[in-house]
Amino acid sequence: MHDQNCCAANSSHNSSGGSTLLGYIGIDTIIEQMRKKTMKTGFDFNIMVVGHSGLGKSTLVNTLFKSHVSRKSAGWARDEKIPKTVEIKAVSHVIEEGGVKMKLTVVDTPGFGDQINNDNCWEPISKYINEQYEKFLKEEVNITRKKRIPDTRVHCCIYFISPTGHFLRQLDTEFMKRLSHSVNIIPVIAKADTMTLEERQEFKQRVRKELEVSGIEFYPQKEFDEDMEDKSDNDKIREAMPFAVVGSDKEYQVNGKRVLGRKTAWGIVEVENPNHCEFAQLRDFLIRSHLQDLKEVTHNIHYETYRAKRLNENGGLHPISSSDTQESNL
Amino acid sequence: MDAIMLQEKLVERLLCPRVRTARQKEKQYVGFATLPNQVHRKSVKKGFDFTLMVAGESGMGKSTLVNSLFLTDLYKDRKLLNAEERINQTVEIIKHTVDIEEKGVKLKLTIVDTPGFGDAVNNNECWKPITDYIDQQFEQYFRDESGLNRKNIQDNRVHCCLYFIPPFGHGLRPVDVEFMKALHEKVNIIPLIAKADCLTPNEIKKLKDRIREEIDKFGIKVYQFPECDSDEDEEFKQLDKELKECTPFAVIGSNTVVEARGQRVRGRLYPWGIVEVENQSHCDFVKLRNMLIRSHMHDLKDVTCDVHYENYRAQCIQEMTSKLAQDNRMESPIPILPLSTPDVDTEKLIKMKDEELKRMQEMLNKMQQQMHDKEQ
Repeated sequence: MHDQNCCAANSSHNSSGGSTLLGYIGIDTIIEQMRKKTMKTGFDFNIMVVGHSGLGKSTLVNTLFKSHVSRKSAGWARDEKIPKTVEIKAVSHVIEEGGVKMKLTVVDTPGFGDQINNDNCWEPISKYINEQYEKFLKEEVNITRKKRIPDTRVHCCIYFISPTGHFLRQLDTEFMKRLSHSVNIIPVIAKADTMTLEERQEFKQRVRKELEVSGIEFYPQKEFDEDMEDKSDNDKIREAMPFAVVGSDKEYQVNGKRVLGRKTAWGIVEVENPNHCEFAQLRDFLIRSHLQDLKEVTHNIHYETYRAKRLNENGGLHPISSSDTQESNL
Repeated sequence: MDAIMLQEKLVERLLCPRVRTARQKEKQYVGFATLPNQVHRKSVKKGFDFTLMVAGESGMGKSTLVNSLFLTDLYKDRKLLNAEERINQTVEIIKHTVDIEEKGVKLKLTIVDTPGFGDAVNNNECWKPITDYIDQQFEQYFRDESGLNRKNIQDNRVHCCLYFIPPFGHGLRPVDVEFMKALHEKVNIIPLIAKADCLTPNEIKKLKDRIREEIDKFGIKVYQFPECDSDEDEEFKQLDKELKECTPFAVIGSNTVVEARGQRVRGRLYPWGIVEVENQSHCDFVKLRNMLIRSHMHDLKDVTCDVHYENYRAQCIQEMTSKLAQDNRMESPIPILPLSTPDVDTEKLIKMKDEELKRMQEMLNKMQQQMHDKEQ
């Protein structure tokens, strides 16, 4: 077998009039082909919210996706009891926008950090995340694989930090330290309307410093920046994180426009106003620019780490074959 | 044409730094409609790859056609062997790689050539080196995929095979039939009628009908164009129908540029007229190019990954597991637990568990189907 590497960077004649004569081959149409295909198959996205009760997790997710997608919308019960252990509740919805269908799954973790003794309350969460990886792995190793393996892996975990204004709580650092290597963690400062702008800045800086000192790599992780362009984009985002957010699903009239906000005696906090809080920044970052990247980092890095660990274990893997004692379906 | 402007805009948006869209002013706009663009941004940055195999006897115009399709000159320094030198030649596999860039989109094109195919006196199993090559690429991908470091897997699998049928005969010859039958479950085959400029339109039609009949008769599974979506416009559906009725494509290639009707075109100059390669009334070259590059390139890759490769993989795993059961050996390139020969009782237990698993699997499938139906 011979290999002949010929002339590189050929063609690219610049006839833009679409003439089929001498210039245009048409390989850029492959983008449109891919696009059509992915639009047909649809997307899915799994987001997990962690933080103790009352920090506005469900409200924030509803605000992000402008629809009632979180657990609380399915039967609002104000006097829900605090569960004795951390529960994992996943709710799925299909939302559509601009012809793009997305199956959004919100994984809620009620009971986290609510007990008197919160030792190991991160374990059910860690177990859930690994279970999703295991499910995917089993599908991948199967003899007859599905064309599109259903993806229930957690792509993004939003961690809600209490706006104490002082420091991170011990629970916060413990949780993030243990989970930042198996899932993308995005820390946010919840209920930011309890702090003034200066207080927010100071708090943010303290939190960032603490995260750095504890060696917690939140998303977007520095080590996964692929090129200079990514690095500069992500540096800007990392400088601004953790975002101080306010969530709301009520609308008010401000300056002739209807906006989402929280009405208080001293004014209306506008959720999408960048001068009031950083919700808009979080939304743009999470949904409009890095949604696909979150999925890719989960698939290419976190999942691969899990897979490598499993492959190196003693047991190895059993391919689920329906053909050991039955006919093969080839 | 509008399609081209649309492409340009799309590529521009993909390559420039992430900007807010103007539509953020809309109230209900969340923003994940940009998701398809995000998905492809990385692919555009990384570039695409495509492996095309050409097969057929010497002198069918394969190299010329490839040059015409991709506007390159891949075979500049080729030395053609004379008859004596070719006596002891066996079928070789030669790869040419070329990087093409157009409007910011990079394509790494690999052409797999098969000189010597069908040229000998005794052509028994002359397709074997070719099937072996295709299998080798599948095996290499399989090993890479099952390994630990999957970051930069090179995909050398053959996505499409253009098979050149000589126009001189009355349909498919035995070597054509045998070749296509040996390969139709390993690669997407697109049969072409080569050197179509030696046939009149009537003769071409008769030959195409004959070939289509024989393909059906011998059960050869050539590449099928996927069905049109119901929401495509009428024009597209009409074009698609015409395309399907036109197979196998009768093609002509040319490395030279001639002057015809006041323009410079790729063509062949005869005393009785000029054959233009890109003239749709002269040959099906344009149809082939549009199908291969502009509308079905991605589908060809998908069918290779989802169908041909999966078949190979399933077969491979089956062979491995049965071999392991027989030999009780521990080594295997992919993670499988070695099956020891069980006694009657354990065998019964295994059978029960397997059936349970199968039942659970079926239930899961049903549930998934229900969820899927609900969402539609």
